[in-house]
Amino acid sequence: MSALQSNLLELHTPNGREEAWRFTPLKRLAGMHDGSAKAVELDSLQPVAELPQGVTFTSVEAEALSHTDDIIINRIRAFTGNVRQLKIAKDREIDQPIILSRTIIQQATVEFARVQIILEPHSRATVVLQNEGDFNLGEDLEIHVGVGAKLTLISLQEWGPTSVHAGHHHAIVERDATFNSLVVTVGGSVVRLLPTVEFAGPGASTELLGVYFATAGQYFEHRMFVDHLVPHAKSRVNYKGALAGQDAHTVWIGDVFIRAAAEGTDTYELNRNLLLSDGARADSVPNLEIETGEIVGAGHASTTGRFDDEQLFYLMSRGINESDARRLVVRGFFNEIVSQIGIEEIQDRLMARIDDELSKAAN
Amino acid sequence: MSTLEIRGLKVSVTTEGGDVEILKGVDLTIKSGETHAIMGPNGSGKSTLAYSIAGHPKYTITGGTVTLDGADVLEMTVDERARAGLFLAMQYPVEVPGVSVSNFLRTAATALRGEAPKLREWVGEVKSAMEALKMDASFASRNVNEGFSGGEKKRHEIMQLELLRPKIAILDETDSGLDVDALRVVSEGVNRAKEANGIGVLLITHYTRILRYIQPDFVHVFANGKIVEEGGPELAEKLEANGYAEYVGA
Repeated sequence: MSALQSNLLELHTPNGREEAWRFTPLKRLAGMHDGSAKAVELDSLQPVAELPQGVTFTSVEAEALSHTDDIIINRIRAFTGNVRQLKIAKDREIDQPIILSRTIIQQATVEFARVQIILEPHSRATVVLQNEGDFNLGEDLEIHVGVGAKLTLISLQEWGPTSVHAGHHHAIVERDATFNSLVVTVGGSVVRLLPTVEFAGPGASTELLGVYFATAGQYFEHRMFVDHLVPHAKSRVNYKGALAGQDAHTVWIGDVFIRAAAEGTDTYELNRNLLLSDGARADSVPNLEIETGEIVGAGHASTTGRFDDEQLFYLMSRGINESDARRLVVRGFFNEIVSQIGIEEIQDRLMARIDDELSKAAN
Repeated sequence: MSTLEIRGLKVSVTTEGGDVEILKGVDLTIKSGETHAIMGPNGSGKSTLAYSIAGHPKYTITGGTVTLDGADVLEMTVDERARAGLFLAMQYPVEVPGVSVSNFLRTAATALRGEAPKLREWVGEVKSAMEALKMDASFASRNVNEGFSGGEKKRHEIMQLELLRPKIAILDETDSGLDVDALRVVSEGVNRAKEANGIGVLLITHYTRILRYIQPDFVHVFANGKIVEEGGPELAEKLEANGYAEYVGA
C-alpha cells in the first residue's frame, strides 16, 4: 500500500483528521460526506447544441468503470445506478467542441450525478462541461479513453457564490491514448475536485492543466493523483491559482505514483500561486513516490508568492495606472493556461470573469 | 520646449545595516533636444539617479527637488511621471509573463496618449518601429522581456522610446550587454527619436563607446553620489584615456 493511495482511502464518514480531508471545511459540504444531503437525481447536464454524428448522450444503467475509496463518490454510486453516458464512436474525429451545460438549478437539494465519457479506440473529441449558477453538486465523472484515442476535457466551474461542488474526475487512459484536461474554478463557496488518472497501457499520456481564483471566503481544492501503473507513460501537471481577500483558501495536492512496473515514466508537475492580498491562504503539496529508478524523468515544483512589485513598476513607468497594471499581470499569469482552451468565446468569458473577481477583490 | 530640473537631490536606500545615502546632492538641468551623458564608475549612484527620477519605491528621497516644466515630479506616482513625459529605458527590463509585447505597447500608448491609438495606424507605427530596429515580426506576439536576449531587451526599450514619445528620456546603461552591431542599431533608434520628437536625453553609461554613435552635448562625471566634473564631448575622450581613477580618490 502506497502512502499516496491512502490519500483517497477514507471510506468512512470523514471527521477532518484524515489526510484526504484535512483541509476541507466539512461543515460547508452540504452534507455530501456524511449522508445527510438531500440528494436528488436531476440529469441537469445537457448538450447545448445538437450532437454531431458518431456522438451519443444517453441514460444507461451502468457499473462504475473504476473503484474508488472516496466516500462522496461511493455515496453517489449507492444512491443511483443511473449513468449519463457520452460516447464517441470508434475512429470518429470530432472537430467541434461538444459542450454540456447544467440547465436545471435546484438550490435546496444536492444533485448526485454520475456521468461517463467514453472515447472508443482512435476517436478524438473535445468536451466542455459548464457549471454555472447557484447549485449543489456531487459529481462522479468517469472517463475512458480507448486505445489511440484523444480527449480534451475542459471543466468550467463558473459557479455562483453559494454553490457547493464535490467532484471526482477519474480517467482511464489506454495504450497510446491521450487525456488532456483543463480545469477552471472561478466560482462557488466550496469546490473540491479530484482529478485522477490511471494509465492502462504504454504510450499513454496526460496533461492536467488548471487555473483557479479564490476571493474572500471561497474554498477551492484540487487534489490530483496520477497513477503510473504501466511503462512509458507521460504526465504533465500545471495548475496556477490566484487568491485575494480575507479567508480565500486554495488547496492543491499533486500526487504522482510511479510503480515498479512503470519503467520509462516521464512526469513533471507544477503549481504556482499568486497571493494578491493579506488574509488569504494557499496550500500546495506535491508528492512524488517512485518505485523504480528506470525512468525518463520525474520532478515537481511549487511556488507561492506575492505580487511582483518590479513588474508593477515596469508597467507603471510606461504610464499604465496601478489597477490596469495589476490586471495585466494577473491576466498574464492565467493566460499561459487559459489560452490553451482554444475556444475564443470561453477564453474571453473567463478573462472577463477574472477581471471581475480582481476588481471585486480590490474594492 | 521642456526642462527637467534636478536640484540638490539626496536619496537613500534601506539596507539590513540601516539607511545608506547613495545620492549626496545632485544638480542637473536637461532641456529638450539636449543630450547629457553621465559617466562614472560602477557603484557611483548613476542607476540610483535614474530610478529615483522614475519613482522606484526602493529609493527614499531625503532632500532636494525634481521638476518637469515646473511641476513637482517627486509628488507624482510612477505612472503620473510617465504621463508627464518622463521615460526610463532600464538596464534590466522586467519580464512580464503572459503579457504580449503588442498588448503591452498598445496599453502603454493608450495610457500616455489619453485614448487608444487607431488600430490601423497603430499597427503601421509598430511595424515600422520594429523594422527600423531590425526586429523580427514575431517579436510582437512574444511575452514582454520573457526569454529575450540582452540585445532584444534593449531594442524593446528603445522601440518604446520611439513609440511612446516622451519629453525627457533617461537611458540607464542601454549600451550594456550589446555587441557592436546591436549597439549601432540601438543608437540609431535613440537618434531617430531625438530627431523626430526633440527629446532631451540623459544617457547613463560606464563606457565611452556609445558616445561614438550618440553625440553628447554635455558630459558629467559621476562619483560617490554626485557630479564631480562637467564639460563638453572632449571630457569623454579624457575619460577614455585616463579612466575614473582621479575621481574615486585612488
